[in-house]
Amino acid sequence: MAKKLPSTDVVVVGLGWAGSIIANELADENLKIIGFERGPWRDTAADFNVASAADELRYSRRQDLMARTRQNTTTIRNSVTETALPMRSWGSFHPGNGTGGAGNHWAGITFRFQPHEFRLHSHLTERYGKELSPELTLQDWGTDWDEMEPFYAKFDRLAGISGKAGNIKGVIQEGGNTFEGARSEEYPNPPTAQTYAPTLFAEAAKNLGYKPFPVPSALLSRPYVNSLGVAMGACTFCGFCTNYGCANYSKASAITTVLPVLVRKPNFTAMTNCEVLRVTMDSSGKRATGIVYMDSNGEEWEQPAELVVISAFIFENVRLMLLSGVGQPYDPVTNTGTTGRNYAYQTANSVRMFFDDKNFNPFIGGGAIGMGIDEFNNDNFDHSGLGFVGGGSTRVTPIGAAPIDSRPLPPGTPTWGSEWKKATVKNYASTMSIGCEASSYATRTNYLSLDPTYKDPLGRPLLRITFDFPENDRKMAAYVTAKVGEIAKSMNPRQMVPSSQQGHWNSAPYQSSHIVGGFIMGADPKNSSVNKHLQVWGVPNLFVVGSSAFPQNPGYNPTGTVAALAFKAADAIRTRYLKRPGEMISV
Amino acid sequence: MKTLLTVCAGVIGLSVSLAHGATGADSYNIVEKGRYLSTLGDCTACHTIPGKPLFSGGVILDTPFGKLAGANITPDQATGIGRWSFEDFQNAMSKGHGLDGKRLYGAMPFTAYTKVLREDNLAIFAYLKTVDPVENKVETNQLPFPFNVRTSLIGWNLINFKEGEFKADPQKSEQWNRGAYLVEGLGHCGTCHTPKNLIGGDKNDQFLTGANLQNWVAPNITSTGQDGIGAWSEADIVKYLKTGANRFDIASGPMAEEVEHSSQHWKDEDLLAVAVYLKDGAKPVEAAKPVAADDGAMVAGKAIYADRCSACHTPTGEGAANLFPKLAMAPLVNSNDPSSLIRVVLAGSRAGATDAAPTAPAMPAFGWNLSDENVADVLTYVRNTWGNAAPAVSASEVKDVREGLRAK
Repeated sequence: MAKKLPSTDVVVVGLGWAGSIIANELADENLKIIGFERGPWRDTAADFNVASAADELRYSRRQDLMARTRQNTTTIRNSVTETALPMRSWGSFHPGNGTGGAGNHWAGITFRFQPHEFRLHSHLTERYGKELSPELTLQDWGTDWDEMEPFYAKFDRLAGISGKAGNIKGVIQEGGNTFEGARSEEYPNPPTAQTYAPTLFAEAAKNLGYKPFPVPSALLSRPYVNSLGVAMGACTFCGFCTNYGCANYSKASAITTVLPVLVRKPNFTAMTNCEVLRVTMDSSGKRATGIVYMDSNGEEWEQPAELVVISAFIFENVRLMLLSGVGQPYDPVTNTGTTGRNYAYQTANSVRMFFDDKNFNPFIGGGAIGMGIDEFNNDNFDHSGLGFVGGGSTRVTPIGAAPIDSRPLPPGTPTWGSEWKKATVKNYASTMSIGCEASSYATRTNYLSLDPTYKDPLGRPLLRITFDFPENDRKMAAYVTAKVGEIAKSMNPRQMVPSSQQGHWNSAPYQSSHIVGGFIMGADPKNSSVNKHLQVWGVPNLFVVGSSAFPQNPGYNPTGTVAALAFKAADAIRTRYLKRPGEMISV
Repeated sequence: MKTLLTVCAGVIGLSVSLAHGATGADSYNIVEKGRYLSTLGDCTACHTIPGKPLFSGGVILDTPFGKLAGANITPDQATGIGRWSFEDFQNAMSKGHGLDGKRLYGAMPFTAYTKVLREDNLAIFAYLKTVDPVENKVETNQLPFPFNVRTSLIGWNLINFKEGEFKADPQKSEQWNRGAYLVEGLGHCGTCHTPKNLIGGDKNDQFLTGANLQNWVAPNITSTGQDGIGAWSEADIVKYLKTGANRFDIASGPMAEEVEHSSQHWKDEDLLAVAVYLKDGAKPVEAAKPVAADDGAMVAGKAIYADRCSACHTPTGEGAANLFPKLAMAPLVNSNDPSSLIRVVLAGSRAGATDAAPTAPAMPAFGWNLSDENVADVLTYVRNTWGNAAPAVSASEVKDVREGLRAK
């Protein structure tokens, strides 16, 4: 039996971006806060040392910053007719572990979602009416752009995002992304310099009449002191970025922006290497009473709290709700229940180009250093008669071509031997790729549930993913890849290799860690799990924050929106919930 | 939250001091004054082990002569200063005498504290009497023979100690005198920053011109000399002491602890007074001659710097404010004694965290993948580029520091 500890004001589960932001905001209300993290304490000075951080074997091949699948994994299947099997090594996605979470090894691309995204179902219905495929279960978010913008701005200032605005207060800005929603202010830092491949791409896109812009980046273009007084450095384009922690204090993460301030607050305690097992509920099921966790000695403890905030990675957010009996589990057959509903992913496409006469110095780069266009993203183009909705963010962001993983070889090259070596030498420096990270729209049959067979080492059922790419998204993928191919062709490569997301979801190759939904936000408790303040319907003292709240995924990276939602939830708690604790927020 | 805590603690302090029989309506103010003065004096540095009760003693001080431990100065009757009268305390501060006339070692900086005014000692003593008494017996004298014989201190005091309260210099401003009082008295800056003679006494003719202790260089903090802080403005000095970082440097090692425990809590006007005092008498620096750029060590060092150092410290040695120390024209870089630089390259170092500068960045250790010669070359390059000029560093100097670190 779990031993009961003295009660605290707030527990926060997960100390990545969302949990660290919320804990820090609530600490300013003088609440006593305990943050729980299943992994270790991570810290730039101790963990990401410039003398040893650039270790591809350790961080990329052996995935040192990711959760261990032995500790916790998911089971996977493409459809309800299949039996799911456990993922024994990470392929398709990379869940993080330790303070900072996946925000340590992320790429740093920080788009804001567009205004129409927050009312996507209404918007697309208004524009396309009956053309919209019945396969899709798109939803509005229950919030809107005007409510979201201040929190996006807050995150920009916290993380020191480097970029060029395309729309400030409705005035279109030359050189920025003109498709973005009206911003209240310019980015806190200017865009980074660009390497050769993004520069060539931007020229080609411009020649075709598109409007290229610098990809908004959480890798800083210059030294910066953030909104909490934490100092950050300028990105050095070291090329060990995505999958790595940053040694130069230049990639924004919870450990480089929030935690140094949070740990100094006397009313905050971090409990690391402590796995939260479930949320405890009172007998009415309408009030969370705290959480139960296991420490690193294998001892179970109950930590009672007045307010419970769940802010782990999406998988654990949804799994904790299923394990704790919060909300009714979603059933795709009867189309009832909300917990596990509207699970979506990201649709990855690309066109690779092999040149004879170019040297891209591909070892120079960073996860978010590049140029992009948005003409084929989301609903930025007319979908009438195309048979699909959605689109993708087209961009060139060379993350750094490290020696083990980076073997850009044309199809047909032998996979070993002298021909393979020759082809490596010939192509390593003269290859570039245009990516198109595209939307993933929810369907009735893509969802999350508890696995009936497989359990974690503590005996709890694993989370089961049932997912396949919808017909809508495959059509979209073919369309946007063809458009990207036109730009690639205009750059005159010797050879180009398009790769569009077709066929079934295959969990083996890495695609994206942008996993969303399963505990979604909305205006109606019948088809959503949390209200627009991230407060669980029917359980007023429980908030669940993260990409689990996205009803579907647009053609953008999710982190900026996860962080904005964290600020939004914290603001709702500070300015509304604490005035009437224990009640649902009514406005 | 913090303010609230302080007020609560103050109220508790008041009630306890009344219980101890302090009289007069002003006892609250006296205790609060004493609390601040004890922060100025950084008493916790030697008298509180982190995580242990305040002032319960036991912090080990490594001296060239052996180990000493900070005493328990809580009001515990048996193991602290519970039985002391104020006169006993005054004697300890001003004469270096413990209870029963026992002589204190110079690690207790009574050579500086002798300058503290009697009225300030009254406040500190009143405050110490309000602290929770903790029973913790500390063997302060852990020196080997013959240094453990306290009678030797009579002679030591004759040579190294001049008793007497601070006397204001009427030629100088009130602010300058406040700064002098703090630097020479409670601040006891000279304990680390003044060179020591063979028996560990201060070389007072070289006050604050820099010293080496435990493989850290406490740099020249006068305004004179290439390695001094003449280029720092008064605002730079205040910022460094308040936050641990300014545009030139970031505190590390023992100074980072000093900033965390003590100077970040000093009043701004006191820090400014210190700055005014330290800046007085600045003389233009005669430029030293750097090692030639085509010297073998300089060429090798330049390549190592580009590969291993320039990402943070930048190719021009400018660094980044509050994060990566500036190397160009930095006093410590130009110090004759390269010990701190060698130590930091070999073993790394972490800056202190303060409320104003919470980042606490770190210099990583390179001892595991740079040879003695690599370290010597890169430091020679850093010490003789971008306007810097200081003696070349030799591989044998690096070897000595490496062995010193290993011995710990």
